[in-house]
Amino acid sequence: MRLKIPSNFRIIRVPCTGKVDVIHILRAFEKGADGVYVVGCMEGDCHFNEGNFRARKRVEQAAKILDQVGVGGERVKMFNLSAGEGPLFAQFSIEMDNIIRELGPSPIRVAKQKKKDAA
Amino acid sequence: MSDLNTASNLEKVLKAGHIGVTSECGPPRGSDADEVKKKGALIRDYVDAINVTDNQTAMTRMSSLAACVHLKLMGIEPVLQMVTRDRNRVALQSDILGAASFDIPNMLCLSGDHQSFGDCAQGQNVHDLDSMQLVQTVRYMRDEGKFLGGDDIKRPPKIFVGAAANPFADPFEIRVPRLAKKIACGAEFIQTQCIYNLDKFKEWIKIAADRGLTEKTFIMAGMTPMKSVGMAKYMKNRVPGMDVPDEIIKRLAGAEKGKQAQEGIDICVEHIQELKELNGVSGFHIMAIEWEEKVPEIVERSGLYPRPEV
Amino acid sequence: MIIAEKKPIEEIIDEVKDFNRLLILGCNECVTVCEAGGKKEVEILASALRMYFINKGDEKVITENTLERQCDHEYLEELRSNIDDYDAIVSLACGVGVQFAAEKYLTTPLIPGVNTVCLGANEDRGLWTERCQACGSCVLARTGGICPVSRCAKRVLNGPCGGSTNGKCEISKDVDCAWQLILDRLKALDKMGDYEKIAPIKDWSTDRAGGPRTVTREDVKI
Repeated sequence: MRLKIPSNFRIIRVPCTGKVDVIHILRAFEKGADGVYVVGCMEGDCHFNEGNFRARKRVEQAAKILDQVGVGGERVKMFNLSAGEGPLFAQFSIEMDNIIRELGPSPIRVAKQKKKDAA
Repeated sequence: MSDLNTASNLEKVLKAGHIGVTSECGPPRGSDADEVKKKGALIRDYVDAINVTDNQTAMTRMSSLAACVHLKLMGIEPVLQMVTRDRNRVALQSDILGAASFDIPNMLCLSGDHQSFGDCAQGQNVHDLDSMQLVQTVRYMRDEGKFLGGDDIKRPPKIFVGAAANPFADPFEIRVPRLAKKIACGAEFIQTQCIYNLDKFKEWIKIAADRGLTEKTFIMAGMTPMKSVGMAKYMKNRVPGMDVPDEIIKRLAGAEKGKQAQEGIDICVEHIQELKELNGVSGFHIMAIEWEEKVPEIVERSGLYPRPEV
Repeated sequence: MIIAEKKPIEEIIDEVKDFNRLLILGCNECVTVCEAGGKKEVEILASALRMYFINKGDEKVITENTLERQCDHEYLEELRSNIDDYDAIVSLACGVGVQFAAEKYLTTPLIPGVNTVCLGANEDRGLWTERCQACGSCVLARTGGICPVSRCAKRVLNGPCGGSTNGKCEISKDVDCAWQLILDRLKALDKMGDYEKIAPIKDWSTDRAGGPRTVTREDVKI
């Protein structure tokens, strides 16, 4: 199965989305990411029972903080799929890529670039 | 219960074995004393004493004590309502003395609605004492002639002390034990929550009578005429601790257009007539909320007029 | 434990905007357990502040640290050697920790990062509820182990008041009537007879009313 997906993101593998914490998402933005999406198992199908529910809550928390600090909460999203759904993963990636392209670069990346240019 | 402890007319009427009648008057949300005086003048001849509410539903109003003084100066006997929400024991004792200095001879001790219902929801509440402890305090000041701190009071307050009881609040099983506690604290008269469910009230007062409690205090049944079916529904659904049976709502709803208020008065009169005969009922507390002009009619039609001279 | 709640980031931003070098200081005790001011919350707040100020073109030096306790000399002393590196400290400890740090480091501004709410328990995931008001004179032996001082909106010692409906308080259908809980316990303990014992007027001098409280133990002082 060869699927075309955007090549502009890095996959960070975790044993369960329940492992993803708010700080991991924020750090990605701090380092200049334009968007973060968390892809978990189908709700109700978590091996650890509620890992993906925790992840969804943390994505919401991160979104709220990003709104508060002027980065924009819409840059972080949570998706769910089951392990065999490669095409769906591709679809989510394209969807996310479109969202981010529409939003443009993260203000943090812009600010960091400006600083670098000035130096 | 025959010796008089105070100069209260209410105490005299009740102790002489008459059915007592009180009503109430809410002080205005302003400083115009005429509003209190008008209400007082309207009902003075139909009751033995008039309760003056203390910032009811936690809405800031003219002070109960000041309004009582206005009535007292007109020759009307007030029942000073005092809640423990807004004053600590210093202020409570001080106001008790203030009331006694005007010879205000009755007090009703309450805890008061929570301030979140009123216009100062962000305010502190005090609750240094609770309502039972306030009853104890007044009795202690009167009977022992002492302040809570132990010092003697020059000219102790001569005040006939009452408390409230709600036969309908939850849980029912402690309604009578709670009454017993208030009596043990020294409540000489009890004014009840508005009664609409007569069967439940009768059950309550029977249990109280069986325990001998109705011999130890005067129970005045609370009566509030319904102005409309809307009010009845509101009381049923929205007011904590209120028991309004569906028959009452049906009966009001069934009244001809424009005659619901009259139906409400009729129900009230019928209830008083029925409860008048009940063992343990010593009187009635008629709370016609912002409808004081109807009190004379209710009292007359209930066969409680004229008021006894004692 | 002491229950605290994070302050809104906007409020913290407003307090720190004029300082350049900040220490975000967490506490490993109560505020960690109630997820308001532990190591994780320090990281999150620091990251959020960094992003906010970078975005404003006003980059600040933000340091993170979490002490074992902020209400103990021993741990607060750990800051002493570096205290001059900070223009201000945002403390995520309860009000006790914030003040203890402020007393120790007189010339360093201290900004609270949480609101201290109450003494409570972790009743459920994401739910912390009050259990004690530290009145200084415990009545639980006489109230079935349920506290009317902290759990009754009117701290009625001879309750319930007339506002109790279906076991709930008059202030909200979501708040249990403390006296209903007391009665349920008395019943379970087969001690309903105790209900009629009158609770005497309480001595509130051991409460807030008596001024700041202290416990002195000569037997353990060295």
